[in-house]
Amino acid sequence: MTLREVKEILNATVLSGEDSLDLEVRSACGSDFMSDVLAYVKDQALLLTGMVNPQVIRTADMMDMKCVVFVRGKMPDQAMLDLARASGIVVMTSEYRMYVACGLLYTHGLLGEEGL
Amino acid sequence: MSEPLVLSFRVDGGDLSQAGVASSQVKLTLKQLGFPPDVIRRVSVCMYEGEINMVIHAHGGTATVEIGADSITIILADTGPGIPDISRAMEAGYSTAGDSVRDLGFGAGMGLPNMKKYSDRMEIQSTVGVGTTVTMGIDL
Repeated sequence: MTLREVKEILNATVLSGEDSLDLEVRSACGSDFMSDVLAYVKDQALLLTGMVNPQVIRTADMMDMKCVVFVRGKMPDQAMLDLARASGIVVMTSEYRMYVACGLLYTHGLLGEEGL
Repeated sequence: MSEPLVLSFRVDGGDLSQAGVASSQVKLTLKQLGFPPDVIRRVSVCMYEGEINMVIHAHGGTATVEIGADSITIILADTGPGIPDISRAMEAGYSTAGDSVRDLGFGAGMGLPNMKKYSDRMEIQSTVGVGTTVTMGIDL
């Protein structure tokens, strides 16, 4: 699934990385706990989260993720967007709640990991 | 054998929102040096979790990364309160972090277990009231 499709499915607004929407992601994860992201993420390139602080972008960067989607309409500040831009991470915000956002992507074929 | 490349950082304490700057720098350097992605990720996560720990618990400290021919060694040293019970601190889910830390998505008691998981060797030396040094090795 391309990030452009993610944007459309989640009716999201792209806040950073508009020119990278053709990037493809094969799996995603949803978490507000960055330690869990660091512990359990393998190759999930998309992070959905309701947590808004610079450590979300840093965590995504450490795990080589391509995109962070903030759910529940959460808005990162400019410093976070600057950090994301420097790290080459696409940032979006969606009004959907976590459960619905994950469900929508899953039913459109974006899995959590291989086969699941 | 050539001398290892050594990177040194001062990790400022107090402001968790700024933690991770040193880890990002190390990640970038390893990328520029052409290390494999899995090595870069393991070093990055070990250092990042350690950096977060130093900010949360020890008012900062120093981080040193030695890039040798066979392994990368991360040494995180602080002069914080020390760890009274290291085996307890190593338990997944055990944390002494406060609500302000949890509000930022950390403090789940996964930091030290994550560091052990992603490193090939980890040693913790800690004296209450003196400080803690965590040394991690990642084989190449």
